[in-house]
Amino acid sequence: MLKKCASRIYMVLIFAFLYLPIIVLIALSFNDSRSKVKWGGFTLRWYTGCFQDEKIMTAFVTTLQVTFLSAIISTLIGTLAALGIAAMKKRHQTIYLGATNIPLLNADIVTGISMMLLFVKFIDLGFVTVLLAHITFSIPYVILNVLPKMKQTNRSTYEAALDLGATPLYAFYKVTWPEIRPGVFSGFMMAVTMSLDDFSITYFTKGAGVNTLSTMLYTELRKGIKPELYALSTILFFAVLLILLAGNVYPGKKRVAAK
Amino acid sequence: MSKHLIDFIGISKSYDSNLVLDDLNLYIRENEFLTLLGPSGCGKTTTLRLLGGFESPDKGQILFDGQDITALAANERKLNTVFQKYSLFPHMSIAENIAFGLKISKKSKAYIQDKIKYALKLVNLEGFENRSVDSLSGGQQQRIAIARAIVNEPKVLLLDEPLGALDLKLRQNMQYELIRLKEELGITFVYVTHDQEEALTMSDTIVVMNQGYIQQIGTPENIYNEPENAFVADFIGHSNIIDGTMIKDELVEILGARWACVDKGFGNNKPVDVVIRPEDVELVDPSEGTLQGEVTSLIFKGVHYELDVMAGGYEWLVHTTRFVPVGTKVGIKVIPFNIQIMHKPESSDEKAVEIDA
Amino acid sequence: MRKFKQQFLAGPYLIWIIGFILLPLIMILYYAFTNGDGSFTLSYITAIADETNRKAMGLSLRLGIICTIVCLVLSYPLAMILNNMKIKNQGLVVFIFMLPMWMNFMLRILAWKLLLSKNGVINSILTGFGLSRINIINTPTAVVLGMVYDFLPFMLLPIYNSMTRIRKDWIEAARDLGAGNVTIFLKIILPLTVSGIISGIVMVFVPSLTSFAISQVLGGGHVLLIGNVIEQDFMQGMQWNAGSGLSFVLMIFVIASMTIVNIFDKEGEGTSIC
Repeated sequence: MLKKCASRIYMVLIFAFLYLPIIVLIALSFNDSRSKVKWGGFTLRWYTGCFQDEKIMTAFVTTLQVTFLSAIISTLIGTLAALGIAAMKKRHQTIYLGATNIPLLNADIVTGISMMLLFVKFIDLGFVTVLLAHITFSIPYVILNVLPKMKQTNRSTYEAALDLGATPLYAFYKVTWPEIRPGVFSGFMMAVTMSLDDFSITYFTKGAGVNTLSTMLYTELRKGIKPELYALSTILFFAVLLILLAGNVYPGKKRVAAK
Repeated sequence: MSKHLIDFIGISKSYDSNLVLDDLNLYIRENEFLTLLGPSGCGKTTTLRLLGGFESPDKGQILFDGQDITALAANERKLNTVFQKYSLFPHMSIAENIAFGLKISKKSKAYIQDKIKYALKLVNLEGFENRSVDSLSGGQQQRIAIARAIVNEPKVLLLDEPLGALDLKLRQNMQYELIRLKEELGITFVYVTHDQEEALTMSDTIVVMNQGYIQQIGTPENIYNEPENAFVADFIGHSNIIDGTMIKDELVEILGARWACVDKGFGNNKPVDVVIRPEDVELVDPSEGTLQGEVTSLIFKGVHYELDVMAGGYEWLVHTTRFVPVGTKVGIKVIPFNIQIMHKPESSDEKAVEIDA
Repeated sequence: MRKFKQQFLAGPYLIWIIGFILLPLIMILYYAFTNGDGSFTLSYITAIADETNRKAMGLSLRLGIICTIVCLVLSYPLAMILNNMKIKNQGLVVFIFMLPMWMNFMLRILAWKLLLSKNGVINSILTGFGLSRINIINTPTAVVLGMVYDFLPFMLLPIYNSMTRIRKDWIEAARDLGAGNVTIFLKIILPLTVSGIISGIVMVFVPSLTSFAISQVLGGGHVLLIGNVIEQDFMQGMQWNAGSGLSFVLMIFVIASMTIVNIFDKEGEGTSIC
């Protein structure tokens, strides 16, 4: 049982490594002191403060706008692309999937710079260019989530539906859609995650004036971080936790019900 | 009689307070083809896994050649297993799969090469050395799994429903192959299956199990002709199993009629189970039958017809070579020797094996 | 009527590929191989041999390799432990280890800065106990620590996934054939998780080789990686040609490292995500 004990300890150590910084951030968000590390008593003033800070709120709203717009648009384009790619010949599929892999495998800094170089030729850097960039790096995640589901779907059931008099659109809605829906959903969630987390690509395509949370934090770092940001990050962390738990529990229940 | 090679002594095993085996005692003789037969959940696979060393019993001992091997791990036991799902290593070629055990026991390269050739020949897959596992059909994979096990020259080969995933035709071929292999290798086979035909075709000894208990041990003929209880009778073949009362020695009452039989010693007016095989039911003119009834269904089965006959409030299953159209009035007759009398189950454990006759 | 061309649904994506993936890459190539006045030159490519750039590239490679090895060494045993746990809800346990990934990237680095800085949390605790301070902020060690923290899940997840695909009966079969624990690990578990290891290496090495934000924050300007040089070329010096030249070289390094890694991946699934 020595082995079991050792593996427990190992797990706890890694767990501590992963959660220590998060715990520190959460603790500091309740710390009534401007100094970073001295405990000055419990307070909620950073929480009220962060909603009144215009800079933080603007960045927050921009982040949400970029994230959800880019996730919705990339899910749309990506799902259509997956449907198209699934119907292609092997050779064309390879070409498309190769192109899909470029933004996934390329360094973020190179992807960001390459798009910046293109964008500045046509428009001023700003909200639109950030959005376009986010859509670009999100589409591959959608495709890679939907395509495997497309391969599992039996084409003959779709054809059977057509044979029974369904229009292609109706057959898609009734036969194909239910099968790829989980893939579309997880693709959307990944697009949201990647967009929320992105720093490098946003940094190069944002221009002056526009900031997401990531880029705002980066510029604030030089001046010293405001404690209001700890509060915001704590709120965000628990919001994400709730969403993920809801998403994790729900499909599980459904699967049990189906049995 | 050859000597005991394996002894199970008082083995009990449970999973999460679910008793799978209860005080199992069983011996396996050298060079025997022994089959553990029973429905799923009867404990047959657990018995095999205990022997293979993949599980350890809660109570009891397993002896191998007289030595206690209960505490030995699977890799320290001199027996090899053919798994239900073949379990070939997907990242190795066929030759590497077969050589796996030999390399561990540090055999020479030349020896290993010879053994691979020999084993592939034995399972009729010569020249498959460099094929990948994926490129093989289910039947071929199963043969490779057997080859992989037997190159290690185990004293006992354990087979866990090895033919379960194959189609009927292939399964029948493999049955003959297994018998041939057993004869060529001259080792002990312990075989697990839920398929009674497989068991009857291949085995020297059949152990019928249900719900963690051994129901009967015997030769295939023995088990087929003289089932010891209603469960065995029902599991081994489709039989007519009818509630009856033993009036006295050599006379039993079923379905309101009295029948002469050959069994004695059940006492007077005792409830019993009566087993009559479908091929033992004679259809005669209504006036000559012990019971009278009517044919309600008729199916052609190739060698014989399968009939349902409603008589005495019971639907009899009858096999006959005669064509008897539906609606024919018939008499039912059974010669005393073919009426099998069995004790009603007494304990609640046995009761659990109730069958819908 | 029935034969409507399903392939055309990929049309918008094709436009996207051309407009936002291929064209930008061509822009980088254009800037990398031309002068300010538009004439062809190789000087921005060969600039990688300049002392600053060469040192930065060397340091990036070194830290990237260290980070990848540390991630692998930490993740592999953890994946095995998680996979062997006899818990019904394994998904939840894995979820717990993946959760920190959903904290914003910049906040995670920031937290480490708070922990490691001279008067930071760790040093406050150490001095509170009368122990000597650790001084690793603004050193390559701090940068590697931040990278490992950020990229560990990228190593853990593919290895864990490949491990869950190992069927229990393969292990049993190996044991049945006489294999002990060491042999089972070397002959069965390790070869069957190679594809996961390869994915993990690619997914950790590429971002750690090319990162610039982590080294900026935790290196405090003292740790100059190739990413930092490129960032400065674009955002401070406005030297787009020089930056593009180095970006091109960086791309070559990324492609080269992935090719090397993929040679070891016979099954060709090394680049699959999740």
